[in-house]
Amino acid sequence: MFDPLKLKKDFPILSQKINGYPLTYLDNAATTQKPKCVIDKTIEYYENYNSNIGRSSDSLAIRALNAYEETRKTVQKFINAKHETEIIFTRNTTESINLAAHSWGEENILEGDEILVSIFEHHSNFVPWQNLAKKKNAKLLIAPLNNDLELDIEAFKKLLSEKTKIVCISACSNVLGLKEDLISLTEIIRANAKNAKILIDGAQSIAHQKTDVQKIDCDFFAFSGHKIFGPTGIGVLYGKKHLLETMPPFLIGGGNIIEVNNEFTDFADIPQKFEAGTQNIAGVIAFNEAINYFSSLDINEIMTHEKNLFDLAYSLFSKEKGVKIFAPKSTQKRSGILSFTLEKAHPHDIAQVFNEEGISTRAGLHCAHPLHLFLKIPATARLSFSIYNTEEDIEKAYKALQKTLKIFA
Amino acid sequence: MDLYSEIILEHFKNPKNFGKLEKAQKSELGKNTSCGDSIFLELEIEDGKIKDIAFSGQGCAISIAAMSMLSEKIKGLSLNEIDSLDQNFIKDLLKIDIGPGRIKCAMLGLETLKKAIKDA
Repeated sequence: MFDPLKLKKDFPILSQKINGYPLTYLDNAATTQKPKCVIDKTIEYYENYNSNIGRSSDSLAIRALNAYEETRKTVQKFINAKHETEIIFTRNTTESINLAAHSWGEENILEGDEILVSIFEHHSNFVPWQNLAKKKNAKLLIAPLNNDLELDIEAFKKLLSEKTKIVCISACSNVLGLKEDLISLTEIIRANAKNAKILIDGAQSIAHQKTDVQKIDCDFFAFSGHKIFGPTGIGVLYGKKHLLETMPPFLIGGGNIIEVNNEFTDFADIPQKFEAGTQNIAGVIAFNEAINYFSSLDINEIMTHEKNLFDLAYSLFSKEKGVKIFAPKSTQKRSGILSFTLEKAHPHDIAQVFNEEGISTRAGLHCAHPLHLFLKIPATARLSFSIYNTEEDIEKAYKALQKTLKIFA
Repeated sequence: MDLYSEIILEHFKNPKNFGKLEKAQKSELGKNTSCGDSIFLELEIEDGKIKDIAFSGQGCAISIAAMSMLSEKIKGLSLNEIDSLDQNFIKDLLKIDIGPGRIKCAMLGLETLKKAIKDA
């Protein structure tokens, strides 16, 4: 049986009090908390086998290297990549996407080409492409939402053509919680844009649904470790082997070369080609624990749990006057993210009152300025749920909402 | 900590000098892009002093209240006097213990005002 209260006990941070109240952490879309096993693993590494991998051949280095490469295998299995070498470690989703935009984009985007993103992208999957398009005199096309706050599939189809060279889209919006069906999206893209590569930003989906990159049939998939109970400073870029092999390295220097002489440099094969410099070894090793922790849970139970939390929050919040919730109309397209505005209180003030009650939320533009411009709202307040949240957490949030409404009546 | 004192809420709900000026010599749009606050400020300046001020826009209670309170204090002040106003002046106006998390909100109005008079 899925028991969030039991899971809560695995996370040391959640047992503290904030402003006299037990911490209620509802900012999981920003980052998730870390279970004790992940924290312990970091300490274990530094206390027992801290060493620089790929350089030294002593016992410490071999132990560290084995643990580091173990994570690559775990990630490969976790997202069902065909090859271990298709897993590149980066710092975060943003760096993963920058890697793709730089190494793949610089070589493959030409003048007049089209890059398609959606209006609900996080800046990390928007700005690198906008920048690339400007540099190459290519065109950035932006797929809109319909009135149900879902991707306008007809408009999306119309934006696809032979000119489309890459489609970059989030598996889940960090504001709307909108999750489109990735498999049918890639089918649409393949059918209407035969030259297009597909990049999926999985930052918001990785800890909330099953990820199978072969089934999705994407060319790139990016996500961050810290959004799935791992340490900060560790991210992943999955890329299809034949693409990664032909792409030039992103950062160059130490660690990713085979031979250097005064005239030329021969770069290492994948994945090392893309892992220049000393890596976040501790982070990668602890990340393994995080994925194993998450994989020990039943993903279907997690999805049901988070859906229940969303439904409860939605029904409580929509009871109150002056509350506007921004979520897709179709319930299957919703996830554990609930963004809202109040008629009389600014999102920052909402977050402030919630914090006074020990509740962590997020207010602002959530690195999604184009979406807020599209929705014509200055900012939103956001609750985002995870495995350790309970119905009681939602009830507390509802009380904080009532308090906010009272203050700003 | 009670950030939302009655006086702050009163200024937020009914801000002073909210609106537009008919003959403004200076105007400035100030933004806190990470939180979505924006203040549009208009000034009427005569003999190197602020004769009138109006502002519009949207923001949190702290940014709007701070701007409203500030607007009441600066009529008649010289541009040099405005230039010397600092964080402490705003803190004294708000009379609350504003932490580092919200100081940007509190300072938006004064910073916009200073930008507006920069080359006046």
